[in-house]
Amino acid sequence: MIGLQHYLILSALLFAIGLFGVLTRRNAVAVLMGVELMLNAAAINFVAFTHFVSPGLVRGHVAALVIITLAACEAVVGLALVINAYRHLDTIQVDEMNLMKG
Amino acid sequence: MAGEAIAFYILTGMIVTAAAIVVGSKNIVHAGVSLVPVLLGVAGLYVLLRAEFLTVVQILIYVGAITVLLLFVILLTEGATGLRTRQRNEQVPLAAAVAALFLVTLLVALTRTPWALTNQPSAAYNIGAVGTSLFTTYVLVFEVAGLLILASLVGAIVIARKES
Repeated sequence: MIGLQHYLILSALLFAIGLFGVLTRRNAVAVLMGVELMLNAAAINFVAFTHFVSPGLVRGHVAALVIITLAACEAVVGLALVINAYRHLDTIQVDEMNLMKG
Repeated sequence: MAGEAIAFYILTGMIVTAAAIVVGSKNIVHAGVSLVPVLLGVAGLYVLLRAEFLTVVQILIYVGAITVLLLFVILLTEGATGLRTRQRNEQVPLAAAVAALFLVTLLVALTRTPWALTNQPSAAYNIGAVGTSLFTTYVLVFEVAGLLILASLVGAIVIARKES
């Protein structure tokens, strides 16, 4: 029987993998991918709590929808920044971007 | 329900393997493409959790839009696969320690907390309930999200535009 804890453990695992990616990647786009993994882990938690704790209310579903919207916005603005940085600095490795003013 | 357990473990294996490729692959295009099985696996979990609308939204927005956008930017900036550049910084041991510590803390906390579980089953279809609560109780959240999308649309155009 799959219970709430199975989902929470899976989501914790996914969050830790995403955190590792954010901390170790040099490519700015890959850092964004790690952030997407972490956001997905949070959304799994919301939906799992809705299913196992208060199935009648769909608050967790609304929260997960908001997370997906925020992830889309964050990806769009982040990638626009990456493209702009690439135009000015010719690199998207985050540890080589060390200028306050391009 | 054995079927649910089998589906859960298959999805778990798919998500964790693909997520490991996302953070670990030397080839940045492989990492981007591996994001697709992760997101599809999460969509499968939404099916198991009786959230059909979220499943569709996850596939449409995450798999359909965000992944394609990420791959677009990889190909526009990195030129190719990024195999010739070093993909990791020097913090790998430290980052692994932080992530492991974080995971252990989370696991201890969530296995010891007594959750207020209920035996009441989820409704078979709750798309109507999601829509109703989105437009009544959470209408402010909905409007703010719409405003945020508009702001990020304008912001992305302004930032990425070529300066003349």
